[in-house]
Amino acid sequence: MIELVDIHKNFGNQKVLNGVSLKIEKGQTFALIGGSGKGKSVLLKHIIGLLKPDKGKILIEQQDISRLRGKKLKQLKERFGIVFQGGALFDSLDVFENTAFPLEEKTKLNSSQIRDKVLKELANVGLEGDENKYPAQISGGMRKRVALARCLVMNPEIILFDEPTTGLDPMTMKSIHKLIRTLQKERHLTALIVSHEIPEIFNIVDQVAMLYNGEIITVGTPEEIKTSNNKIIREFICRDFG
Amino acid sequence: MACFLAISLYYMILPPYLINRVIKQVHFIGVKTILVIGLTGLFTGMVLSLQTYYVLVTFGAESKLGAILSVSLIRELGPVIAALMVIGRAGSALTAEIGIMRISEQIDALDAMALNPYKYLVIPNLLAGLISLPILTAMFIVVGIWGGYLVGVTLTGLSSGVYFGAIADSILAKDVLLSLYKSLCFGVLITWVSCFKGFRADHGSGFGAEGVSRATTQAVVLSSVLVLVFDYYITSIMMFV
Repeated sequence: MIELVDIHKNFGNQKVLNGVSLKIEKGQTFALIGGSGKGKSVLLKHIIGLLKPDKGKILIEQQDISRLRGKKLKQLKERFGIVFQGGALFDSLDVFENTAFPLEEKTKLNSSQIRDKVLKELANVGLEGDENKYPAQISGGMRKRVALARCLVMNPEIILFDEPTTGLDPMTMKSIHKLIRTLQKERHLTALIVSHEIPEIFNIVDQVAMLYNGEIITVGTPEEIKTSNNKIIREFICRDFG
Repeated sequence: MACFLAISLYYMILPPYLINRVIKQVHFIGVKTILVIGLTGLFTGMVLSLQTYYVLVTFGAESKLGAILSVSLIRELGPVIAALMVIGRAGSALTAEIGIMRISEQIDALDAMALNPYKYLVIPNLLAGLISLPILTAMFIVVGIWGGYLVGVTLTGLSSGVYFGAIADSILAKDVLLSLYKSLCFGVLITWVSCFKGFRADHGSGFGAEGVSRATTQAVVLSSVLVLVFDYYITSIMMFV
């Protein structure tokens, strides 16, 4: 469903992506691991069309998102949801307003329909009763849950998570991982998760890819990654598996 | 920067038209600046009146006080000082707000939702600037004339009939039009520069809070300088029209 073909991206003299190729099947939960500042978030922004590659194709069901413009690009973006690293909530809006924002701007639902849908999604992510709080008044974990609820109200087919549990305590991290897994199973979403949480992330994904020096150096199941003999992969995950 | 304005103007003509956001921004840029405009207008008129009166007295021409004051306010001081006040109060806030939205990925979030950030963040501000500046300028001029009245008539004893008579005799439609063109131009200029700098807060001007801080400083300095530069050119052009 998502296919990246030979993606290259430079920022000035800095080469960030150097020929990334990757295939993510429909309904899969996919983890992208790799060192900090190595281009994982940049890759995610390419997939959703926020950045354009210098070279290469990003095929979403055979349509190259990097070449689409106007209405076609808009229609393709509507199939995505993204949970940004910091949540990217609108800080002047409360939890309810943040979650309702895409519905108000993009649908013709009336206010009571919007209210029902928003409250249902907030309950799904465990935030009932917090709808009147502002982003500054809630924890990092709650912000990420609100961001997830804001994605889910639009019923996306694909959700991209940019480090959804970074900086959270182990309990909150586990609860968010469980939530992602449950939602993915219930709604048959395709999910791509950028994460540093090793080995925890291996428990909720079907496939793992590692980005190193701007290239995907391996793709495999969590078990294959855990038992890989590749020196770079072993060094990256050794703190967890010795 | 010119490209940014061109893109904004292009999206301005395309639907959807977010009228509520324009009204909200008129409140932010216009209504919330009224107090500052009132105070600066009042004291500008008062000090101008005081300085001018004592110069005119030496020539026995104090009856021309209202004329000099109103022409100065309408042609130059009204549009320019009102614009500088809007830059200080609203322009800097706009850059900081949009800059924070940029570095915290809120603009990316809008884009990812297939919503056009220009429609939500730039066009309402451009229109609000276009609507607010002429009104604020008019308020500044009126309050300034009353400030001049306070000093020129109440304190120094000039007849109010002479003061207002001189104003009525000296104001030409051309002066009012010049003031209007300037304020319209400054309205676009201030919001354009402020939004542009906020949008580019993560481009080459430092990162994070430092980037927003630099972008805000640059927006204030650049829009202030551009207001004075454009003031000169608009005046020059209008003199020959």
